[in-house]
Amino acid sequence: MENQFFVDSEHLSPESLEKKHRLENEPSFRKNHMEYMSGMEIIESDVCKNVMAQMNSYDYSKYTAEDVKAALEHNTCTIDDFKALLSPAAEPFLEQMAERARLETSKHFGNTVYLFTPLYIANYCENYCVYCGFNCYNHIKRMKLSVEQIEKEMKVIADSGMEEILILTGESRGQSNVEYIGEACKLARKYFRMVGLEIYPVNIDEYKFLHECGADYVTVFQETYDADKYEKLHLLGHKRVWPYRFDAQERALRGGMRGVAFSALLGLSDFRKDALASALHVYYLQRKYPHAEMSLSCPRLRPIINNDKINPLDVHEKQLCQVLCAYRIFLPFVGITVSSRESAEFRNGIVKIAATKVSAGVSTGIGDHESKYTGKETEDVQGDEQFEIDDNRSLDKMYKDITDEGLQPVLNDYLYV
Amino acid sequence: MNNDKLIIGGHEFNSRFILGSGKYSMKLIEAAVKDAGAEIITLAVRRANTKEQESILDYIPDGITLLPNTSGARNAEEAVRIARLARELGCGDFVKIEIMRDSKYLLPDNQETIKATEILANEGFIVMPYMYPDLNIARDLVNAGAASVMPLASPIGSNKGLATKEFIQILIDEIDLPIIVDAGIGRPSQACEAMEMGAAAIMANTALATAGDLPMMASAFKNAIEAGRKAYLAGLGRVLTRGASASDPLTGFLRD
Repeated sequence: MENQFFVDSEHLSPESLEKKHRLENEPSFRKNHMEYMSGMEIIESDVCKNVMAQMNSYDYSKYTAEDVKAALEHNTCTIDDFKALLSPAAEPFLEQMAERARLETSKHFGNTVYLFTPLYIANYCENYCVYCGFNCYNHIKRMKLSVEQIEKEMKVIADSGMEEILILTGESRGQSNVEYIGEACKLARKYFRMVGLEIYPVNIDEYKFLHECGADYVTVFQETYDADKYEKLHLLGHKRVWPYRFDAQERALRGGMRGVAFSALLGLSDFRKDALASALHVYYLQRKYPHAEMSLSCPRLRPIINNDKINPLDVHEKQLCQVLCAYRIFLPFVGITVSSRESAEFRNGIVKIAATKVSAGVSTGIGDHESKYTGKETEDVQGDEQFEIDDNRSLDKMYKDITDEGLQPVLNDYLYV
Repeated sequence: MNNDKLIIGGHEFNSRFILGSGKYSMKLIEAAVKDAGAEIITLAVRRANTKEQESILDYIPDGITLLPNTSGARNAEEAVRIARLARELGCGDFVKIEIMRDSKYLLPDNQETIKATEILANEGFIVMPYMYPDLNIARDLVNAGAASVMPLASPIGSNKGLATKEFIQILIDEIDLPIIVDAGIGRPSQACEAMEMGAAAIMANTALATAGDLPMMASAFKNAIEAGRKAYLAGLGRVLTRGASASDPLTGFLRD
C-alpha cells in the first residue's frame, strides 16, 4: 500500500498542470536533489557520512529476541542495541521497553512535561512536497501575517499563559524573507520566554541574525533520510536539495543557536531506517557539539486539505511507541516532542513514558488564534492549515490533564543569555 | 552537637542537608523542609524566570535560605549574567555556580567555574561552585573567593553514589572550606558515608524526587546525615584489616 499523493486542482492553469504532471511523471524533468542551488552554503562535516553509513547497512530483519533482551539489560545502549530496539524483534517487548524508557525519562527529566504552542505566520510555499497541505500546487487560502497581525496573535497566545512559542512559516523566501522572520522573533521576545523557529533552512550568517533577533532553537525536519525516496516526494523548490537540509542543524549551531530539533516524518519511507537515522543525526552532532541541546520529534503523516486519504501506512501507534521508547533508551538526555497530530489519549500515555514536551492550544492555520482561543467571530481573512490536528486541547485543559496524571507541567525552564 | 553549625560565607545553619534543584515539585520542597530539615533550597534561576501561576518562589517557606543556581550557563560569562539576574529577582547573595558545556552528562566545566567564582565573589556574592573533584581546581576556587566547594559524587541524577570517593576525601583533607558533596548521592547510606568522611553537608534531589514515599525518604536522609556527622565528630574507630589483634604483642619475645 502506498499513499496516493497527487491531486489536481481545477484552479491550476493548463501550463501549471502540465508542469506539475511532468514533475510527477518524468524524473529527468526534476532538478538533481543532491546538488546545491546557488546561495546555499556548503559546510565541511562528516556527520552525514556517518549517519548514512549506519542507515544503509541497517538490516533490521537480522535482530532477534535475544538481541533485544541483551539491549534492555545493558547499562549503556550502544548503536547496535538501539538497532535491535527498533527492529521488528522488539515489538513483543514493548512493555519492557516502556518501563526502561520511563526510568530513563524520570532520571533525566523527573516528572516534568514542557508545554509550547506553534504560531504559523505565513503559508506561502515555493516547494512541491506532495504530502504537504502548503505545497505550491495545492489550492488553499494563502496568507502572510503583517507585523501588526503577528503581534495581535502573540498577545492572544501570551494571554492564555503560554511562555514558549515556535514560529513557523511555509517555505518561501520570496514571501517570508529572513528579515520578516527576524521581526517576528523580536516581537516574540517581548511576549515569550523561549522562541523557537521552524522555517526553511538558511545559511550560518542568517541563523546568527535570527539568533540575535531572539530565536534560540531551530527545528528542521528531514522528512526522510532516504535520499532516493526524498527525491520522489519533494519535486520542486529549494527543499528538494536533500544535503542542504541535512546540514541545517549544524549550521544553526554554528550560527549560535542553543538547541536544535530533528525528525523524520514517519510514513513517508521505511520508518525503522528513518528512526535510526534521526537518532544518529542527533548522536553524531551531540558528540561534535556537546554543549548543544537536542530534541527529537516523531510526527506521522496526516490528512491535508484536498487529500483526506493521506495516512501513516504501517506506522501504527504501537510502532510509534516503539520508536519513542527506543529513542529514549538510546538518547536519555534528549527532549522528545509529541505534537497535536497525535490523539489526546496517545499523548497522555506517552508523556508518562518518553515524551518531555507537548504542544497545546494548537492551530496550524494562519491568523486564527483569536477566534480559536476566545470563540470570537472575526471578519479577518485567515489562511488554511498545513495538516489536520487530532488533539485540540487548550493550554488550560492540557495543564490540568497533565497535573491530573501526576506529572508537572512546565511553561518555562529557559533563559536567553 | 548543638554548637555544631554549618557555616557558609558567615551564615550559620543547623541542617546539613541541602535540596538540589534538578527535579522540582512543591511536594519535594515541602518534604525537604519538613522531613529532611533543609534550611537551604536550591533554585534554578531559569525555572524561576516564569509567569507561571505556580512560581517556585511562592512556595519557599519563610526562614529558608535560597540558593539560586546558574544551570543553563555554558561559560563563565553566562553564569555571571544569571547570578546577577538572580540577585535582581530578590534571591539574595548566595549563588551556586553550575557551568556545563555538555548536554549529555551535565559535567561541570572546572576552568570556567573558577573564572565565574572570581568575578562573582568580587561582586559580593557568597559563591558555592559545583565542580569535578580536583585538588588543584579546589585550591584555585579557594583563591578565587569561594565560600564552599561542591564536588560531585557521580554524574548528576544518576543515584550512583560516591564514585569519586578518594578524590573527595583529598578535598576534605586539604581544603579549609566546607566541602559539600553534590550530585549523584542516591541513597541515605551514601550520604552517611560522605558525612563520616568529613563532608560538611550533602546536596541531593533525584534520590528524594524519585523515591516511592517522598516524606519518608526525606526523613531517612536527615537521619543518615546526622548519623554520619556524629560518627565523624566522634572519631571513627580503627578498622582491622585481618582477624583480631593478638592480645600478646607479637614482638614480646624481644629482650633488648
